[in-house]
Amino acid sequence: MLKTNRREALKFLSAGALAASAGSGLFVGIARADGKRIAMVVKNLGNSYFDACSNGAMEAAKAAGGFEIIYTAPTKATAEDQIAVIDSLIAQKVDGIIVSSNDANALVPAGKKAMDRGIKVISFDSAIAKEGRIMHLNASSTPLIGAKQVQMIAKTLGGKGEVAILSAASTMTNQNSWIEAMKEEWKKPEYAEMPLVATVYGDDQDDKSYREMQGLVKAYPNLKGVISPTTIGIRAGAKAIMDGGLVGKVFITGLGLPSEMKEAVLAGACDTFAIWNPVDYGYASTQIMINILNGAEAGPGSTVSMGRMGETKVGDDGEAAMGEPFVFDKSNVEKFAAIF
Amino acid sequence: MSFILRNREIALAIIIALMVTGIGIYAPPFVSPDNISYVLDDTSILFMMVLGQMMVILTRGIDLSVASNIALSGMISASLAESSPNLPVITYIALAIVTGTILGLINGSLIAFVGIPPIVMTLGTLAAFRGLIVVYGGGNQVNASEMGAVFQGFPKIPILGVTSTFWIMVALSIGVFVFLNMTRAGRGLYAVGGNPEAARYCGIDLSRQQLLVYTLSGAIAGLCGYLWTARYGVAYSEIASGFELTVIAACVIGGVSIAGGVGTVPGALLGALFLGVIVNALPVMQITPFWQMAISGFVILTAVILNARSEKRGIKLILPEARRAAGGTP
Repeated sequence: MLKTNRREALKFLSAGALAASAGSGLFVGIARADGKRIAMVVKNLGNSYFDACSNGAMEAAKAAGGFEIIYTAPTKATAEDQIAVIDSLIAQKVDGIIVSSNDANALVPAGKKAMDRGIKVISFDSAIAKEGRIMHLNASSTPLIGAKQVQMIAKTLGGKGEVAILSAASTMTNQNSWIEAMKEEWKKPEYAEMPLVATVYGDDQDDKSYREMQGLVKAYPNLKGVISPTTIGIRAGAKAIMDGGLVGKVFITGLGLPSEMKEAVLAGACDTFAIWNPVDYGYASTQIMINILNGAEAGPGSTVSMGRMGETKVGDDGEAAMGEPFVFDKSNVEKFAAIF
Repeated sequence: MSFILRNREIALAIIIALMVTGIGIYAPPFVSPDNISYVLDDTSILFMMVLGQMMVILTRGIDLSVASNIALSGMISASLAESSPNLPVITYIALAIVTGTILGLINGSLIAFVGIPPIVMTLGTLAAFRGLIVVYGGGNQVNASEMGAVFQGFPKIPILGVTSTFWIMVALSIGVFVFLNMTRAGRGLYAVGGNPEAARYCGIDLSRQQLLVYTLSGAIAGLCGYLWTARYGVAYSEIASGFELTVIAACVIGGVSIAGGVGTVPGALLGALFLGVIVNALPVMQITPFWQMAISGFVILTAVILNARSEKRGIKLILPEARRAAGGTP
């Protein structure tokens, strides 16, 4: 499950950063510029995923002109430390704050305090609860994520052959909602010759996912494709394909991280996989903030522009989706593997 | 018949044979030579871990830190492979074993010389070792593409139809068998577990035995740490999470008594094989995950109940007067 994976990664990162900084406190870049200042507050420092997001933010600010990005975060991925960072930004009187929150509810008071002082607050990646921000930008939406994965495997297989799903745990809400979305896409006539034969669960453990993948190819000798909407499942499944000499016979796709999938893609076990592109994500969030600072409406029901990423509609819950997941293949996986 | 029932190893072997036959009828690909070779390879790490854990349990101890040891040793070994990917593979293996041994030594010395109860000590190191991975690696994970082909290739080299991992396991099993049955230190483990008081009066030092078993358990976990990370091509703090319980369960199924002093190498290996067959058969048979958990739990409980029954043996009365007093024949 992506969310858990990220959270765990953050946990380790934060502990590492803590050990390295040994309580050196918070880092906040102090800006001196005449233009408007936008702060991007991420979960913690030293995370290459967020560094990539900040690159996108810089790109948007540069393109718009007259905006400066303050990229900052606590050293530890905790809500308390993040609130301290936001308080310090309020004191600096920045114009806008973009947050990937460490705790949806705990950050509400800090968000409200900033908005009371005229600072615009939006969240991305990990939302602040509704009351503490103007809007939240999701990387994608459940229907888009589900549909994309079915489309990817259909493209690899030419729309023909048995396909199975290798999920995380049978109890995970987002996994199940993505699988439902896949089945919705599957109802379309172009997938008539590509039946879904099984859904198995690897519990987001490498060894169990590997065994489930081995079991799938034995239980379904005609299996051609596997969709794994979890970063651990897709990497373990790809490993099982490579170890079992099944490259070219069975293909895996799904949601993966380029750094983990590079080998499988180059070996041919995986043709394409998807996940959101952090550079685009940082860019789109910043573009929305720039538009808000320029007077655009971003409340529920409104449509906001994300520059080169197009437009998005804000739902009644104050959330919007950037777009469909970004597809990685042989041509770009190595470039992105260096980032995240 | 009564011989079979009394001899746990034979009973377990028959159960496994019946199970494999049944699965083979239901899902023929499961009993293909390829798949049998795969199951043996897949279970090899569990086989080895069971041997280490059994030696600990024989002394009435328990080592809960083994899975964390796998993760930490594997991480350190994989990090070396990441920074220098073209060293001889023995370097990575040796580093993992040395790391595991040191971790085992920490457990062993504190249990033996400070007197911390094994369950408390290893519960502490279970968490501490995983924490150390974060401190050591700065939260980074080592991926397949960073480990290099040398590191990942070795455990999968085929020799006579099975992998090198399997042969390492065979060698280790023979070693542990010889150690337990033919050396003074090995027999001493049964003595301290069976009756610590008597062992002490015989001059067998419990502390030294404890230091020995936790260190051996750590060394085996270190070796498995290398094999695990190389096999799955990933090293991070959560690998083999919860695996210690599978290892202990395999010991229990294999007739190793948690009360100490009882357990054999063939029994423990069969216990591991039993679980290995189950975890590999259930996906092939396409049984739902809910049933998978229920079946595993049911099997473990059955094994424990069988163990409890077979362990209800009376105290042996040595003196003829005592036997007469108890109503038996002299």
